[in-house]
Amino acid sequence: MTSALRGLLNKPRSVKMDLITHFTLLIIAGISFFVLILVFYTLVSNALPSFINFGNNEVTDLWNFLTGEIWRPSSDIYGIVPLVLGTLLVSLAASLIAIPIGIGTTIYISEIAHPRVRGILKPAIEVLAGIPSVVYGLFGLLILSPYIRDIFGVGSGTNALNGAIMLAIMMIPIMVSLSEDAINAVPRSLREASYALGANRWETMRAIVLPAALSGIVAAIILSIGRAVGETMVVLMCTGNSPQITANILDSVQAMTSAIAIDVGEVAGGSLHYHVLFAIGMILFLFTLVINFIADLIAARYSEAYR
Amino acid sequence: MIKVTDITVNQLNVHFDKAHALKDVSMKIGKNKITAIIGPSGCGKSTFIRCINRMNDLIPSARVTGDVHVDGTNIYDPRVDVTDIRKKIGMVFQKPNPFPKTIFENIAYAPRIHGTRRKEDLNRIVERSLRRAALWEEVKDRLNKSAYDLSGGQQQRLCIARTLAIEPEIILFDEPCSALDPIATAKIEDLLIDLKKDYTVVIVTHNMQQAARVADCTAFFYLGELIEYGSTRDLFEKPEKDLTEQYITGRMG
Amino acid sequence: MNRKLKQNIYFGLFRISGWMVVAAIAVLIGYLVFYGIGAISWEFLTQAPRVGMSQGGIFPQILGTIYLMVLVLIISIPIGILSAVYLVEYQKNRFMKGVWRVVVHNLAGVPSVVYGLLGLGLFVLLLDMGASLIAAGLTLSILVLPIIIASTREALIAIPPSLREASMALGATKWQTVRHHILPYAMPGILTGVILSLSRAAGETAPIILVGAAFYMPNLPDSLFSAFQALPYHIYALATQTRIALTGPNLFGSALVLLMLVVGMNLVAIMLRNKYRKKYRW
Repeated sequence: MTSALRGLLNKPRSVKMDLITHFTLLIIAGISFFVLILVFYTLVSNALPSFINFGNNEVTDLWNFLTGEIWRPSSDIYGIVPLVLGTLLVSLAASLIAIPIGIGTTIYISEIAHPRVRGILKPAIEVLAGIPSVVYGLFGLLILSPYIRDIFGVGSGTNALNGAIMLAIMMIPIMVSLSEDAINAVPRSLREASYALGANRWETMRAIVLPAALSGIVAAIILSIGRAVGETMVVLMCTGNSPQITANILDSVQAMTSAIAIDVGEVAGGSLHYHVLFAIGMILFLFTLVINFIADLIAARYSEAYR
Repeated sequence: MIKVTDITVNQLNVHFDKAHALKDVSMKIGKNKITAIIGPSGCGKSTFIRCINRMNDLIPSARVTGDVHVDGTNIYDPRVDVTDIRKKIGMVFQKPNPFPKTIFENIAYAPRIHGTRRKEDLNRIVERSLRRAALWEEVKDRLNKSAYDLSGGQQQRLCIARTLAIEPEIILFDEPCSALDPIATAKIEDLLIDLKKDYTVVIVTHNMQQAARVADCTAFFYLGELIEYGSTRDLFEKPEKDLTEQYITGRMG
Repeated sequence: MNRKLKQNIYFGLFRISGWMVVAAIAVLIGYLVFYGIGAISWEFLTQAPRVGMSQGGIFPQILGTIYLMVLVLIISIPIGILSAVYLVEYQKNRFMKGVWRVVVHNLAGVPSVVYGLLGLGLFVLLLDMGASLIAAGLTLSILVLPIIIASTREALIAIPPSLREASMALGATKWQTVRHHILPYAMPGILTGVILSLSRAAGETAPIILVGAAFYMPNLPDSLFSAFQALPYHIYALATQTRIALTGPNLFGSALVLLMLVVGMNLVAIMLRNKYRKKYRW
């Protein structure tokens, strides 16, 4: 042992320095890794008590939590179905708006637009991507809601539709930039072959480029939907925060993310409510893991599609 | 020597931004012959051949002046629909570029776009094209497999079949064998000689032996200019210009 | 021409989509500027709010946001960059690299509110830091860590292996190679990632709601453990809990300031990235 140590100490200085830096970096990376694992641990450890409690609680248990249709923290009733459906309603509605516009915009930017137009449009969309979500929420709450109220003749302009519109605007930049990567990855040689056969730009797009880029585009869409589901401020400020089960986009709903953020001021640490919020957080966390996994799977298929 | 012309090129000039890639090229390309375009790298051979089916239109910085008459019509006339031109003038590229689809779909793609919809017609066209490209026997049992499963040489013949499917009159080949091994190359050269019976063939090649083997006429380009053009035998055995002789004897490029 | 007509119709639709997006951006920013520009003045930026946020300025909130960015800068940037350096340059085990990739990639997609929960459970409660600057700073640092690692990693792997080989062949050690030959070339890419992360930290609201940002404090924060205010939370609270008739100018002014801050940083990052891409075409 000591001879090994002596061997180490006898090495030239540069090698020693190298070992030291290697070791230091290893420690630092270890800290990062530890932190990342910590996220998972904290979630689980704080969420689990809710299920353990559930076992003793007459009012709710795990099954009731997952299938309960009433979410009323004030009465200690925690059924997440209205929240899940609220999230789904808003996200799906947003996707219906965002997908056609997003893909259409992507095709426009990558294949049709004049280079000068592209030079303005691309940065503009990147700017859009960077706007803080609270600003979108503000817009929906104060500026969009009167319009919705008046156009549709409803009592309040903060509802699923409002959230969906603002979410759609948020989703589009991500969708555009990821889909654009997918479309640009299609080799130029394939397009040339198609043009040389007498096809026009649309025919080439439709039959050659889009099918080749499809997996990448689908992955982009899935990731955007994942972002929509995880979004908090927009749904918090624009959807009305009324946890009800409905398919009417003009109704107020509450999303999972809003439910976590809205009550946090009144939640006592260690109470059932507190643990339930973590349980919702875990569900969200797992959901994003699944979404990322699926998107990666699909995207991997597309990178093998051509040599 | 050239009895019936198919393609007449007149004062063709191509600029890419400031670069003058093709200078005042004029020549007549004969029907049902194989014409080879040779010259050192960067001499403008690919640029030239891409003018004939207006593929240079796809490059934003390209500016083409002059005209190219095919069977009497100037293909650069603004009233002409470029997708029609490319139906008549096909192109096979340097690196085989089959679509990520089945063999059948690769060939059926273009006829479908140009109007042929019925299954029986498409089947017929696919078989005919594959036979003409000397590929039918090798793939007839796996038309529904991916084109990417084929070897390099087979893929290139597939690309030729794909072009034949829309019955062009002229086929342009841009260094079609440079990505292939000698055996695959030989197969394609035999195919070219067979094709010239029914089509006009223009082939760009950096391989002089290939030009000598297959071409009836050869044009030598250098730095964007057409230096010499004549029957292959004359050009190689009795070149008129010094530059031509230098290139052929290997002292240049 | 039937075929040409089809192309024109479809392309027309796509063109409309593109311009709808532009319209959305214009409307969004237009309204904000319209309602907010009147409020912005030197006083607005340098004074504390008065009279229930209907007068005065937003200096404490701006300062709070700056403090948070500084904390994130100090805590997560060095750790993130160096971890990525370790990952790319030193870690040879394929399995570990894969594990890292998966972990970082997935954490980058986790909703920000979940990070808020982490901050609440771990920093505010378990470690008893309370609703403080340091708790929020740590929370945001963790949120941003995967982004730093991922963007640094991308900047590093864009550099061709031949550069490393050339340096090692001349007898340089690993660290010398990294320090003198890799990091300088990767710096613009890394910097882009840093700027984008900081702008994320500045704009995130959900995490600081959960950690307990304050709406109104009579004094500025005097230690890491004191309560804090920040622009995003300020905007949220004003919009949802006050009478807009009174606080409108403050609200839209704040939104405009945050917007300019974040968008400004993003634009700088984007320009940096574009310049860098043009310069280094390996």
